[in-house]
Amino acid sequence: MAADINGTIATVFRIERARLIAGLTRMLRDVGLAEDLAQDALVTALAEWPKSGLPDKPGAWLMAAAKRRAIDGFRRDKMMARKHAEIGRDLDEAGESPADAIEAALDDDVGDELLSLIFTACHPVLSPEARAALTLRLIGGLTTDEISRAFLTSEATIAQRIVRAKATLRDAKLAYEVPHGAERAPRLASVLEVIYLIFNEGYAATAGDDLIRSDLCAEAQRLGRILAGVAPDEPEVFGLLALMEIQASRLKARVGPGGEAIALPQQNRARWDQMLIRRGLAALERAIALGGEDGPYALQAALAACHARARSLEDTDWRKMASLYDTLRAVMPSPVVDLNRAVAHSMAFGPEVGLALLAEIEKAAVLRNYAPLPAAKGDFLLRAGRAAEAKVQFEQAAALSHNASERAFLLGRAAACD
Amino acid sequence: MRVMVFVKATEDSEAGRMPTAELFEAMGKFNEELVKAGVMLTGDGLKPSSQGKRVAFDGPKRSVIDGPFAETRELVAGYWIWEVKDMAEAVEWVKRCPNPMFGPSEIEIRPFYEMSDFGDVVTPEILERDERLRGQLKDR
Repeated sequence: MAADINGTIATVFRIERARLIAGLTRMLRDVGLAEDLAQDALVTALAEWPKSGLPDKPGAWLMAAAKRRAIDGFRRDKMMARKHAEIGRDLDEAGESPADAIEAALDDDVGDELLSLIFTACHPVLSPEARAALTLRLIGGLTTDEISRAFLTSEATIAQRIVRAKATLRDAKLAYEVPHGAERAPRLASVLEVIYLIFNEGYAATAGDDLIRSDLCAEAQRLGRILAGVAPDEPEVFGLLALMEIQASRLKARVGPGGEAIALPQQNRARWDQMLIRRGLAALERAIALGGEDGPYALQAALAACHARARSLEDTDWRKMASLYDTLRAVMPSPVVDLNRAVAHSMAFGPEVGLALLAEIEKAAVLRNYAPLPAAKGDFLLRAGRAAEAKVQFEQAAALSHNASERAFLLGRAAACD
Repeated sequence: MRVMVFVKATEDSEAGRMPTAELFEAMGKFNEELVKAGVMLTGDGLKPSSQGKRVAFDGPKRSVIDGPFAETRELVAGYWIWEVKDMAEAVEWVKRCPNPMFGPSEIEIRPFYEMSDFGDVVTPEILERDERLRGQLKDR
């Protein structure tokens, strides 16, 4: 029975934790201190709830407990300060005391607090890796051990990364609020970047032999859904959510029984998750309705949607994809976008068109060691009837690939050229 | 993990009795909480079983049965699909749901099968080991 109630308390705490930290950070302007106080509140709950039973509003109860700890802390600090400075007057009479500030903050609308915490955890003063770790810790509620396993690094590395990130935020003395005006767009971009980084870490699994770490994808999707819930008027939030939902709809179809990668053309579309596709298409619609049609995430989601809507590879609207890539290239210029654009144009207008676009990209040489470039070239050459040249490209792509499953797939394509 | 959350039917829901404005509002608020927590994937209400049909299977035989169906408390009146960390989280969320019916009612939570439920069973290494063991046993 005791283990039972402790399990329930832990679950309740997990649900309330992010909001608790968000509310406390708003008062204390210190993410690290807020997290400590939230943890203290859990300890108090573990001591009291087994005796008193679960409160009706556990979130409010935990917040009140943390608040009491915060006020105790301030009183202690204040007494220390008084002793040290030997000030004779009562600080409580000198206008707003920290305790009053806490009371006032508690009465404020809590709606924006979680969003503020997300913006803080993803603040551009932090490196993308630090932002990702802190976001997973504070919003996702993952332990440092879980985060370290997700990013295939040691727990000590992640713990240190989080401690440093909190110190950086504290020292930067940031305004803890939802940014508005000219500041908002770059700050939001910083948030979206982090969530997509977490998603891609799971989706692409750049290191290790596991092609997909679906747990990390699920965590990123959850963060995206939370963000969409608290920032319902931001088109790119829905663009990113649409992109993640649609890409995740293909997770099951993307890995074969032997753990090997299955490229989109070979995937069994019956295994695509239709519920995620529907959610993705709805989010994309919302992004467009909010005027975000040409946002980089919405454009990428629209591209993913072209595949999601097609019943077969032949059924894909490649001309629309080619045109979307033309727009994306203008909004978000990148050699990788150029490469994918070449693939879309090759499917819409023939392999020779694709090869001509690739020739341009090869001149730039930035993608010299990028496996998908020779992989695409091999595909175009094969479709143009030049199998011998295609084989060389597939072999080169395999040699450049960092992923064991992908390498096996590319060697298979090379062998099929004979 | 993904779970399906079933709101079970009652005599009222089977009679098509609509919830009160207060319940609609409370349920809307609860749904909003679910969305803001990133838990809600989808959900909807279902019409009474009087508007449903069943198809019974017996070998090659198929027979259609018209609603309403008798076992009211086993029928489904609505559902959600949620993404949660574990069953305990799903249970906590369900506890926070306003009673969806006029009288006593039940909500049932059922987890979906996930890739990992099969993953361990079908890895080629395990298949190979299994085959090898079977081969060894045969050789004896």
